[in-house]
Amino acid sequence: MAGLGLANPTILASGILGYSAETLESIVEGGAGAVVTKSVGLKPRSGYANPTIVQTSCGLINAMGLPNPGIDEFVKEIREAKAVLDVPLIVSVYGFSAEENAKVSKKAVDSGADAIELNVSCPHVKETGSEIGQNPKILAEVVGKVKAAVDKPVFVKLSPNVTSIVEIAEAAVKAGADAVTAINTIKAMAIDTEATMPILSNKTGGLSGPAIKPIGIRCVYEVYEQVKVPIIGCGGIANWRDAVEFLLAGASAVQIGTALALKGPSIFKAVIRGIDVYLKRNNFRSVNEIVGLSHRS
Amino acid sequence: MRLSVYRTAANQLRTTRILNTKTESPTVKTFTFKDKMCAKAKPGQFLMLWIPGVDEIPLSILDANGNGIVSVVVKKVGEATRALHNKKRGEIVGLRGPFGNSFTLKEGKILMVGGGTGTAPLLFLAKKVASKAAKLVFVIGAKTKEELLFIDKLEEVCGKRDLVATTEDGSYGIKCLATTPLESLLAKEKFDMIYTCGPEQMMRKVLDLAEIYGIALEASLERLMRCAIGLCGSCVVGKYRVCRDGPVFTASQLREVKKEFGVSKLDFNGKRIPL
Repeated sequence: MAGLGLANPTILASGILGYSAETLESIVEGGAGAVVTKSVGLKPRSGYANPTIVQTSCGLINAMGLPNPGIDEFVKEIREAKAVLDVPLIVSVYGFSAEENAKVSKKAVDSGADAIELNVSCPHVKETGSEIGQNPKILAEVVGKVKAAVDKPVFVKLSPNVTSIVEIAEAAVKAGADAVTAINTIKAMAIDTEATMPILSNKTGGLSGPAIKPIGIRCVYEVYEQVKVPIIGCGGIANWRDAVEFLLAGASAVQIGTALALKGPSIFKAVIRGIDVYLKRNNFRSVNEIVGLSHRS
Repeated sequence: MRLSVYRTAANQLRTTRILNTKTESPTVKTFTFKDKMCAKAKPGQFLMLWIPGVDEIPLSILDANGNGIVSVVVKKVGEATRALHNKKRGEIVGLRGPFGNSFTLKEGKILMVGGGTGTAPLLFLAKKVASKAAKLVFVIGAKTKEELLFIDKLEEVCGKRDLVATTEDGSYGIKCLATTPLESLLAKEKFDMIYTCGPEQMMRKVLDLAEIYGIALEASLERLMRCAIGLCGSCVVGKYRVCRDGPVFTASQLREVKKEFGVSKLDFNGKRIPL
């Protein structure tokens, strides 16, 4: 997929346990075909005060606030991860400008990243994330600058918090994106009835988990109809059937994040096994045969 | 269809009123809450306590009993704990948990080493194992007499003879670190199990001694926590997540992470810094 050579179509989603080479290693032991790191920026960020996560009846809302040690510190982990991982290492990058995104991406690639995933869709930090990814013009500038700075595949993680995700995906691809990831979390909020205030310290955060899967499926389906680059499906995947649904909608690979909370890293093996059984049972020879298959009618 | 695959009842935030507060030392208070879920906690588990509008912090559980009551020990160390200390009976807080694993309950000859507020989960454990243990020796350490917590309760559980108190300034018990009396204790008697909780450098020393004397050990670790459910990676030590794989780790697990145990931790940025 996008020249990455994945052994299997499951990938660790960004933001989950992606600080250190050792934790990424344990995810790969769990079966992941590739891993995406936590988002890293130019400078260190400590993120928001707790509560940074709240569970609702149908998913988790988080507003971590992009905590990260900054790229100059993080290159150590990238180098170490590259040395120990036998799967592609995708570094998630955010920035407050096109130049910042390009600078961080270049440092990540120079230290060993196999691909960059641009986090232009984080819904809870101002002047970056979805504030870039909701505006086709700004997004195109960011993607263009990053593409010019690195010689590795550049993925663009799309925000569902837009009127037309297709318009955004098209802008990203036109600017050179090698693949798009759909979707990031959906902007959301929870209020405690007794304390009578929003629970998250940032008030709003991003909803993930089972609640957003149908939205993710719709987004992938729509993007697949208009865009020619590979799509990485993401959003609420918790078992092989969820993964197959994304593949049928048009995703070439899938990312798993929130479901790790209950099932642990071995969820990857379980999903891969389930996909294999599904393919055999229905006489498909490979994952490629079912990518976008639901569009035939 | 299961809407929420990962949903664990324990992770749902519950708001509750503070049932009671008790001053244990100039800097330490005990808080009691009514919470069915946390009242089922086992020794070693922790909860996340939300101070509305301020912060949410991990706290190890001091006691949990069958009648729905849970208590935690809070040392005033920063903004969140100061805000909590100012709260009175009847005020609203939020709880998530209990989270993490717990100490294994062993019989035989048991040695516990507690430092500072690390004494809290060990007292909880001591109450559970005391009746079945062949012997229970508790070594407790603090900087000063004022900071030695739960001396009376520990005396009740272990007996005065088997409680070894140490202070750094000599204001109570023996003037030394909690680890100092361990060598002679371990040389004199063959213990079956060591449980420890407290400052990590102290626990590292306890681990080193346990290895020399070939004794099984479990230590309860503390790290910066955000999600508490094994997702965010804020609390990792080596390949382990303290919130999910811990907070209690065995000697052999700690050996695997010797590069970090007692040496470094992740800060708010996810950068590794010295302890």
